[in-house]
Amino acid sequence: MISARTLRGNDRGGVKFPAPRTGARALRGNYGAGALRHGILVVAGIIALAPVYLMITGSVKTQDAFLTSPWALPQSLSFHAYDTVFNDQFMQWFMNSMIVTAGAVALTMVCGSLAAWGLVNWPFRGRDTILGVTVSLMVVPPVVLLIPLFQAGAALGWISTFQIVILIYLGLMLPFSIYLLANFFTTIPAALLEAAALDGASPLQVFRKIVLPLSGPPIATLVVVNLLWAWNELLLALVFLQSHDTKTLMVGITGFHSRYSLDIPSVMAGMTVATLPLVIAYLFGQRYFIKGLTAGGLKGE
Amino acid sequence: MTVLRGSAAPPATGVGRRKTVAPHGRPPVSPARGVGRGLVQRLGPVLWVAPAAVVILFVFGYSIFQLVFTSFRYQGNWVGFENFALVVSDPLFQTAILHNTLLLLAVPVLVFLALGVAILLFECRRSVVVYRAILFLPYIIPIPVIGVVFGQLLQLNGAFNGALDGLGIGALTQDWLGNPQLALITMGGVIVWKEVGFGIVLFLARMLSLPEDVYEAAKLDGVGFFRMHWSMTLPQVRPLINFYLISEAIVMVSWVFNYVFVMTNGQGGPGNATVVSELYIYNTAFQSKAPELASAAALLLFVATLVLIIGFFRTQKAGGGTLGD
Repeated sequence: MISARTLRGNDRGGVKFPAPRTGARALRGNYGAGALRHGILVVAGIIALAPVYLMITGSVKTQDAFLTSPWALPQSLSFHAYDTVFNDQFMQWFMNSMIVTAGAVALTMVCGSLAAWGLVNWPFRGRDTILGVTVSLMVVPPVVLLIPLFQAGAALGWISTFQIVILIYLGLMLPFSIYLLANFFTTIPAALLEAAALDGASPLQVFRKIVLPLSGPPIATLVVVNLLWAWNELLLALVFLQSHDTKTLMVGITGFHSRYSLDIPSVMAGMTVATLPLVIAYLFGQRYFIKGLTAGGLKGE
Repeated sequence: MTVLRGSAAPPATGVGRRKTVAPHGRPPVSPARGVGRGLVQRLGPVLWVAPAAVVILFVFGYSIFQLVFTSFRYQGNWVGFENFALVVSDPLFQTAILHNTLLLLAVPVLVFLALGVAILLFECRRSVVVYRAILFLPYIIPIPVIGVVFGQLLQLNGAFNGALDGLGIGALTQDWLGNPQLALITMGGVIVWKEVGFGIVLFLARMLSLPEDVYEAAKLDGVGFFRMHWSMTLPQVRPLINFYLISEAIVMVSWVFNYVFVMTNGQGGPGNATVVSELYIYNTAFQSKAPELASAAALLLFVATLVLIIGFFRTQKAGGGTLGD
């Protein structure tokens, strides 16, 4: 959930109200209005969950049961569809997605935090321009970069290798990562850094022993956001990972669903397997997902 | 040991000069550590930034340069604006652009829905956590998965029409993805389903930071629901609405490839009913093997995105908007 801590820094919009008082129940109107509100919210919740419900229940039903009554709860659980999924190349795709995602995110965190600290800490001429340009790169659509990058990848002989995809993901994730970390780094108290410097700590030591340990929350947020982005990316993976044994999960499932288009339970099982890691991560780290994904807007960017 | 050396060393002139430029009133971390470190000192920031800079320069700098280069050439020879002329006069490209423009109409819908639900959630603060977790879930699910699942549900005999029948409004059943006149609207609906959670959470984050007692006071003064949110909540959420508007506009113009590719098996069908600019670029480059034409189209898309963003910030400034506060 979003805590007061998260939001305190974002009141730059100029909230001119007195400090919030907790525990007030002023917003409860009469019962009718309250029921209507909850009614609408419940409907919204059902709409949000319905496809997920159909996906999961569809994966454990038989084809007939799904076609005759898709909305009914499964009468009996059939995990046959999951056999199909695991006997297909799903696990291979799953591993490929893991490699690409983990590699790209790890490199992004290393390069991004070094660069952000470098930019925040050594004010040189043009630094703000560099930060500004970096931030604006966030809106460049990947499809714009696709063709030149493909030509470069082909020239290097890197088509269907993980390194080219990891490199491109790294490049696409860096702008936001640098922006978020640079924003955070400016809030580290100067006295702390001065003290360390006076004790003779090298810049690298200051970075490793003081800056990074203080940066847990923004780093966790970024890891989550970047994981989500890299795991879900389709366009670049589709173009760069063409061979069967390098496909990522997202590329795999687009082909998988046309191959099994007549076998709905298997398709739904495949989709469930592809979604489950994210949903589990979301259930445990909801705070980081919400914080990270809204960070761009809440920073008043 | 190092303590003495560090504290005894006077700051080098370079460091001293930089100190005055420091924007956060913080002196640089690294004091000069002995003689002969001048070069390392000067290279310091470069070394820290270098790995990221190299990657960004390759992925963005090189690519955009190469894109411009390619889009003015055919098989390596300079052809001026010929590629652009060919692309712009291609009916399929025009259709694609039209579809992206039509998808922009989903943006106000998104803002309206997200704002409405966020206000309702704001009004029942106690149940916020559960509802928010549920309503944000679609935003987490991979678009390819969403495409496949919705592709299945929206079939003529699919679960969605089944639900309409069950609710007694069977007259509304449609071939949602098979009818060329409906397919793009359906696509827009699916995008709204996924993207609205983002807006809800964004707006709600701001609303929950507003103090309750002001609302309490307004209620006591007999201020009605609409009046209260129109004049109290909305101005506070304004910057985030603007941010959401521009983010979603960018999504509609240049990030809808995944939906279309997955839900129509890469065809943009039925017919050309859901072809969008990204799919046009992708197919031109990798199916028709015409990278020069695709580059020209990509450059046009890039310029369109830039114009959208710059235009947005212009109107923001002109209208005294608060974005960037």
